[in-house]
Amino acid sequence: MAKLKLKAHHIDRDWCKGCGICVRFCPKHVLQLDDREKAYAAHPEKCIGCRLCEMRCPDLSITVETEEEGEKS
Amino acid sequence: MASVKEYIRERFFPHIWCPGCGHGTVLKSLITAVDQLGLSKNDIVMVSGIGCSSRIAGYVDFHTLHTLHGRALAFATGVKLSKPQLRVMVPMGDGDALAIGGNHFIHAARRNIAMTAIVMNNRIYGMTGGQFSPLSGYGKAATTAPYGNIDHDFDVVQLAKAAGASFVARTTTYHAPQMVEILKQAFTHKGFAVVEILTQCPTYFGRKNKMGEAPDMLEWFKENTTPIGSQAKQKNPSLIERGVFVAEEKAEYCTEYEKVVERAMKGRE
Amino acid sequence: MNPKIHFLQGNEACVEAALYAGVQFYAGYPITPSTEIAEHMAYRLPQKGGKFIQMEDEIASICAIIGASLTGHKVMTATSGPGFSLMQEGLGYAIMAEIPCVIVNVQRGGPSTGLPTGPSQGDIYQARWGTHGDHAIIALTASNHQDIFEITVQAFNMAETYRTPVILLFDEVIGHMRERLIMPEEGEIPVVDRLRTSVKAGVDYHPYLPREDGRLPMSDFGGEHRYNVTGLFHDMWGFPSDNPAVVHGLLRHLVDKIRNNVQAITRYKEYHLEDAQTILISYGCSARSALHVVQNRRARGERLGLLELQSLWPFPYSLVEEKCAEARHIVVVEMNMGQVVRAVKRAVYNPERVVLANRIDGSFITPTDIKNILRLIQGKGV
Ligand SMILES: Cc1ncc(C[n+]2csc(CCOP(=O)(O)OP(=O)(O)O)c2C)c(N)n1
Ligand code: SF4
Ligand code: SF4
Ligand code: SF4
Ligand SMILES: [Mg+2]
Repeated sequence: MAKLKLKAHHIDRDWCKGCGICVRFCPKHVLQLDDREKAYAAHPEKCIGCRLCEMRCPDLSITVETEEEGEKS
Repeated sequence: MASVKEYIRERFFPHIWCPGCGHGTVLKSLITAVDQLGLSKNDIVMVSGIGCSSRIAGYVDFHTLHTLHGRALAFATGVKLSKPQLRVMVPMGDGDALAIGGNHFIHAARRNIAMTAIVMNNRIYGMTGGQFSPLSGYGKAATTAPYGNIDHDFDVVQLAKAAGASFVARTTTYHAPQMVEILKQAFTHKGFAVVEILTQCPTYFGRKNKMGEAPDMLEWFKENTTPIGSQAKQKNPSLIERGVFVAEEKAEYCTEYEKVVERAMKGRE
Repeated sequence: MNPKIHFLQGNEACVEAALYAGVQFYAGYPITPSTEIAEHMAYRLPQKGGKFIQMEDEIASICAIIGASLTGHKVMTATSGPGFSLMQEGLGYAIMAEIPCVIVNVQRGGPSTGLPTGPSQGDIYQARWGTHGDHAIIALTASNHQDIFEITVQAFNMAETYRTPVILLFDEVIGHMRERLIMPEEGEIPVVDRLRTSVKAGVDYHPYLPREDGRLPMSDFGGEHRYNVTGLFHDMWGFPSDNPAVVHGLLRHLVDKIRNNVQAITRYKEYHLEDAQTILISYGCSARSALHVVQNRRARGERLGLLELQSLWPFPYSLVEEKCAEARHIVVVEMNMGQVVRAVKRAVYNPERVVLANRIDGSFITPTDIKNILRLIQGKGV
């Protein structure tokens, strides 16, 4: 199967309640809370597209858009 | 795959649940499971009771029936038996499902009527402000147990098994990917399916019991649960098992009733 | 024997009438003296392709019929005193969510477990005010099997017409008594079908927006329109709302849709009221003894009449007022400590003309009991 890589993070700032779940459990420490307690991708380049943040976010505020990376590995 | 927004009533978002409330993760996993199975929204009826958890019905774009505290399974039984082609999902709080609704729970399981009972177990009465529930557990703190709770809890999985549910599983909001897989199995199971989901109420259970913030409570789910039959469980019996405990074929109520109708009609001729 | 003539219990007559009206779903829990309704339904419904389910209690029973009504079926449950008490929360839900359903209470003596096999008519006000909060309710009754049949069909019709629960208040005497029923032909009694929306898929459907005639067309769960149903105050889509205008509007609608149709809902029978100086007002089993007395006295030339009420709620105040205008004495005959008599006193001029002839010992009120009261009124002593 082709490897996935991040295309974009969509974080709905109106829906995010700043609980910090996505921040704590991102395996690559991509996400952080900004000074208004909203999540944002501080290090998008490190994202492996695992979508765990999207699945756990209780406010349905994260959508991780991924694309296939090159050939079959 | 469709966007989650296709399955929700977007105009009601952001939802009413507190920051970090696990009920939102259950909602997300539920619609992901529905999407992955490719179910039609018109075929799904969600029946809920009363509680923070029960508010979930307002957010999904299915046929939704928000009922009375504890009675969701009774309403759902009427929906399902009267129109068996519908897929019925019944999310309930722990108090909803097992205190006031405990009798309906065991009898729906006993009948093995095809529907999915989802127990959103945050071990507390969230909506009314943090009173202990039958699943809080001995020694826990709650507003109605100011000197410590002396009520014992029980094991939802064991109860569901003993009552005759033909599908029984448990997972947590930390294990969202597993939750999606389990819900998919439950939604396609031909019988009464019980899915217990340990979910966090940071506002009351977490705060009262000094469990930290929502991420800390997820950490607790991670540390204190283990796959069914794991080695870790043998070493540390206090771990809570996760996974599918029961998945068996068993005569389903609506299918059996069709046979009753056949017999009754034959008797007429 | 004429195949149309049946000899059966009142409870069975009620079941046959429900089938005639098109009942498709029944959920219940056994309790004396209503149990024969469940038993007969379990036998008869599947013969017609309908569904019967014995639930774990009466709370579950009323909840299950509400669920089944929403999928587009005519539904019913039956119970007695203690079970009717358990149903009150679900009854309120059906009122609030505007769910057509029929609830039979075959009354027995109360309070509590009371007199399981003793007749009583003690649940009149429970039917009216048993569930909490302001609301309106329809409650019907009957005194013989032919009327049980007719009134049961009407109960289903009213449930559909007004999108509301309708209560059938029968009692132990007529529920258990066996007598003749001439089964009406198909079409003889009109049957009101579920009014379904003509709004097409993809067009905004408002489950809780009354039409100009006050009716609310429904859409079956499983159909093209996905909407919400709740026991909370709600907007025209069924979503919870605490907006004062929405709350006020909905409560008014729930009460007015019944209050404004008292005349259409009112059911009664009258015997010799034209020139009656003494009017008996009665209902259910008590009306049988009352009728016996009236017929007897009329044969002797006494100017006695009977107004038999078949709809108790909404109470037909104007009807009672009008019928009793000329009467010197009004005797309400009922088997409780005075329930309908209170409404009658409110309805008439000179309420001091109104007296109660009752019996509360679990025995059927007899013509003699009524005659004793008449003697007192006439100053003859017992
Ligand atoms: C008959 C009745 N009793 C009590 C209540 C008050 N009440 C509403 S929700 C609730 C408990 C909610 O706890 P739970 O079911 O665990 O759901 P949660 O809010 O924790 O998700 C109670 C006691 C009610 N609505 N109806
Ligand atoms: S998990 Fe969701 S709500 Fe919580 S901080 Fe992250 S984006 Fe915001
Ligand atoms: S997709 Fe995975 S790696 Fe990327 S931000 Fe989310 S949790 Fe982190
Ligand atoms: S009170 Fe608890 S259960 Fe209710 S929304 Fe808040 S966190 Fe969730
Ligand atoms: Mg709870």
